[in-house]
Amino acid sequence: AVPQKKDPFPGQAPIPVERVKKFVRGDVDKVDALSAWIGQYTLLMVESAWLDTDIWFDILFSLLQYFNLNLSQFGPYRLDYSRAGRHLLLGGRRGHVSCIEWQSKALISEINVMEAVNDVKWLHNEAMFAVAQKKWLYVYDSKGVELHCIRKFNDVLRMEFLPYHFLLATASSSGFLQYLDVSVGKEVTAIGTKMGRLGVMTQNPHNAVIHLGHPNGTVSLWSPNQKEALVKMLCHRGAVRSLTVDKTGMYMVTSGLDRKLKVYDLRAFKPLQSYFLPAGAACLSLSQRGLLCASMGDVVQVYRDVWGTSVKKPYMAHRVRGAVAGLAFCPFEDVLGVGHAEGFTSMIVPGAGEANFDGMALNPYASLRQRQEWEVKTLLEKVQPDLIGLDPSMLGTVDRATWQQKHQERVQALGFDPLAHEKFKPRRRKKGRSSSGAVEKRKRKVAHEDQRVKKDKYYFH
Amino acid sequence: MVHTLVNFHIFPLSHRKKLTERSEASTQVSEFSVNAEGEGEKVKLSDLLGKMEKTPKNLNKTKKQLKDLEKKSDTLELPLSRQEKEKIQREVAYVKTSTEVSRWESVVTQNRNAEQLVFPLIQEPSGPKRIEQVVSGWKAQTPLEQEIFSLLHCNLQPTHDPVLTPVEEASLKAMSLEEAKIRRAELQKARALQSYYEAKAKRERKIKSKKYHKVQSKAKRKEFLKKFEDLCKTDPQAALEEFKKMELLRMEERMSLKHQNSGKWAKSKVIMGKYDLVARKAMQEQLEMNKDLTQKLVVPSEDEEQEQEEPKALPDFVNDPEPVGDPANPWMRGQLSAEALGPEVSHEVEQEEEEEPENEEEALLREFEQKRRLRQSEDKGFEPVVSEEQEVDEAENREAEEELSEKGEKDDEDGLAEFKNLFNRLVEPVILETGEEQGDEGLEEGLVRIHSLDDTELLANDHEASLVEPVPSDTSNMEASACPPSKNSKKVKVIDPSEVLTKQAKVIKVPHAPMMVEDEEVRNEQTTIIKEAFAGDDVVSDFLKDKRKLEEDSMPKVVDLTLPGWGEWGGVGLKPSRFKRRKFRIKPAPLPPRKDQKLPAVIISEKRNAALAAHQVCQLPFPFTKPEQFERTICSPVGNTWNTHNVMRKLTAPKVVTQMGAIIEPIAKDDFIKDKNPSKPQPNLQLTKDSSLAKTAPPGHKRRKK
Repeated sequence: AVPQKKDPFPGQAPIPVERVKKFVRGDVDKVDALSAWIGQYTLLMVESAWLDTDIWFDILFSLLQYFNLNLSQFGPYRLDYSRAGRHLLLGGRRGHVSCIEWQSKALISEINVMEAVNDVKWLHNEAMFAVAQKKWLYVYDSKGVELHCIRKFNDVLRMEFLPYHFLLATASSSGFLQYLDVSVGKEVTAIGTKMGRLGVMTQNPHNAVIHLGHPNGTVSLWSPNQKEALVKMLCHRGAVRSLTVDKTGMYMVTSGLDRKLKVYDLRAFKPLQSYFLPAGAACLSLSQRGLLCASMGDVVQVYRDVWGTSVKKPYMAHRVRGAVAGLAFCPFEDVLGVGHAEGFTSMIVPGAGEANFDGMALNPYASLRQRQEWEVKTLLEKVQPDLIGLDPSMLGTVDRATWQQKHQERVQALGFDPLAHEKFKPRRRKKGRSSSGAVEKRKRKVAHEDQRVKKDKYYFH
Repeated sequence: MVHTLVNFHIFPLSHRKKLTERSEASTQVSEFSVNAEGEGEKVKLSDLLGKMEKTPKNLNKTKKQLKDLEKKSDTLELPLSRQEKEKIQREVAYVKTSTEVSRWESVVTQNRNAEQLVFPLIQEPSGPKRIEQVVSGWKAQTPLEQEIFSLLHCNLQPTHDPVLTPVEEASLKAMSLEEAKIRRAELQKARALQSYYEAKAKRERKIKSKKYHKVQSKAKRKEFLKKFEDLCKTDPQAALEEFKKMELLRMEERMSLKHQNSGKWAKSKVIMGKYDLVARKAMQEQLEMNKDLTQKLVVPSEDEEQEQEEPKALPDFVNDPEPVGDPANPWMRGQLSAEALGPEVSHEVEQEEEEEPENEEEALLREFEQKRRLRQSEDKGFEPVVSEEQEVDEAENREAEEELSEKGEKDDEDGLAEFKNLFNRLVEPVILETGEEQGDEGLEEGLVRIHSLDDTELLANDHEASLVEPVPSDTSNMEASACPPSKNSKKVKVIDPSEVLTKQAKVIKVPHAPMMVEDEEVRNEQTTIIKEAFAGDDVVSDFLKDKRKLEEDSMPKVVDLTLPGWGEWGGVGLKPSRFKRRKFRIKPAPLPPRKDQKLPAVIISEKRNAALAAHQVCQLPFPFTKPEQFERTICSPVGNTWNTHNVMRKLTAPKVVTQMGAIIEPIAKDDFIKDKNPSKPQPNLQLTKDSSLAKTAPPGHKRRKK
């Protein structure tokens, strides 16, 4: 038996007190204040019986949708709403990550990852989310338990989740665009874009193509199937600061350092509208109904119908407490979430959300059982990453490439030509039987076989 | 001789035959005591046959053949080499098998085209089977059974073959779909024919023309007379009866006061007769007829004739429709009736007008008549086939010539009508050209029609101002578009960013000016980015350079295959000749234009998505002939979310349906080649469940399910 050494420092290494202090969460009784606030309103409602209760409920609910979270310690917040719009994920720059069921204001979990957080993203449902931290990409469950640390994905700056393909696309500071298949946990592709730091990213919900914005004013479109950009568009004369694509995949809105806001038609790759904003937009987001919000410093502006007629002034404007770092419209609600340096603001934007949801696809009011079934169904209907392309209906078309082209591809894939036929080489015989005449004779004997083989190969494969 | 030889060989020593003794001198003496009988004759091939064959007929034939063979002097051809022989055999075999196989083609294509195949295709009729079918070769044995069978026999109940009673058979037949269909079709046809006949009869009955009816009745009468004569010859008794009947009819006619001058019409004629010659004549005619009728005559045939005269009381042309050239053109109608008709006719028209208020029904009928005439005349214009009615008219004309020669006027009138018709037809195109200008101008004020160059000039005068205006604007546009973009010049390109980034920006007023200063970190980041971005301020030119480079790379390269020094002197400072360089330089076909050809600020990758191609259909499946067809089909959703239940079921129906437990025999040749052996009973088509299936699938074929 080997004598066991005793660990002089058992357990985890202690974290220095000063560092812990740095990451301690601020006001704890914020939620209490919130509930008190709600109580106040309900009291009001009960008192004024002369008003129709339905209207009061409406007013109350919309009032409840507007709230501020004062989180000044952990710096500018990135945010993400779940696809059904029930859950909100907040990621503070300085490590604070929290999941909130925002409509009931219930805090599901709250952790501090003790590292810089670049971006947060829900995965296919509310059970898991991905956090792009200082070095690696992490996956946590909704309770805040770390599930995975994915070392293949480093220095991730921005993330996008493609729900129908179960792909998590990440853009890193080293210029790599990587795809992680969430359903099997494998990297699908890693594309070196050679375009420098990838700090601006969005997805086209129509065809699952990833749009990246670059410092040289170009926007590039990517699919996991191609190592080069599908399309490169020169959009701005300065760097691209932010971009977003609408739900139908027809319009793209970009903003650049040249302080311009541009609307592009993605079917023709042509600019539709170009606006000049005095300060330039740092963050952009499009709602389900096509409202555009743009942030300039601490001001959030909402525009209506940016691609139809040229807009003169914003539909709404709102000043938040700090510089805006993240913007997102809540699906199926008239709510815009703003993550900024001083916390989070949920503001009401009338007409932003889609009122008519498809209960079979995304149901905000789904029961637990329905959610479970939905997960299985969507997994069964998962779309292969091979099918991502500019035109999603390409799968239904006939491949008209010629036989030669296909053969070439096959050769490239296999590394050799499967149809290549080796020419018959007569064996060297001794005692003068390998005279040129004899050799020719032997060759001629099998010549017809050669021909037949060739024919077979070329016609029946 | 052969015999001996054989013997000699077979029995060498022990059983040697007795040597024949030589009895006479001979020149040739065999050493081995072999006889030289028949010496000097040559042995022929046919001789060898003699002993082998027994049937003399064949023998002779063969002998002759052999003789012929011997006579032939030229050498036989060499037999074909093995390869050639095999080649020929292969060819023959190929033809044979290909014909054999091609017989199956129609069946195979039919099966492949079928939407659904149900196996086995020959299906038992549904429903309960009779006991006789199930138990074949069963005999009544017990007395009870025998009694039952005797009872069945009594009631015409067939026991074995055919198994159905006549009543049952009839009912089955009544139930069969095919029969029902045929019966329904027959009924439909009969009904249609009946309705046609009825319509025809109705039309004929409604015909107002007295002439027509006269001719009809005359024809009838003639026929009747003919029959009567025949009857006289064959059956005098019956003829007598007929004659009596006729007599009775005449008597009745005489009794009635039909042809007195007491009718409405006759009264009117009396009044008119003072002024009108025609009316007078008509009156006279009627009086004459009356006379004839009241006279007692012995000859019955004459009576009949007079009886026939009766409906002709009214002059026919009174009822003749007004011939109209173009019913749609009231202008023309009025004109013609006024000008072309003579005074007499105009008079008649007046007469008509007088009559009209009397009987409106008649007027209606006349209108119909007019229409009929019109149609007739149109028919004449298009095809020379003479219609029935026309024939009638012609016959009538002939009769009129024969009998009523005194009625010249009427004939004239007829001729006139014809002339009018003709004239109308001639005039029609002229009307189209000129008449419209005159008449329609007043009517159609809104539209100005240009018929000639002069008219266009007029038009131009009218709208001078409006026409002149757009011209200069057009030209200016042309100039603007014509001035070519200076981009084409190949030398140093001056990039105008506004050309690439074309959209002009609009300034938006912002209510809240940004107050907060962004984080220092962020700002630092941004400054670096700005530095990057504005390094040379030629973002645009960089992009364009990239694009040009990509374009150049994707261009197919020219391959130079010239070998310096080949066929001419080579070495340092020597170039292959221009001719050679041109000849051995292979220019590849130009690529199709790039997708981003007209988008200066966009680079679209031309690479094919090979990953997707693996999932795509690369060969059209069988029934499709064009990719578009297939694409449209595959794009239409199948599920019940997008389709009605029935459509969805039809779309998702299985291609092959098999019955559980049924034996599916492989397809047999006899089943689908019918003409070869028509004696074979055809499988009953009606018995298959699905009638559509019966149509698509060949009658009696089975196929093994894969």
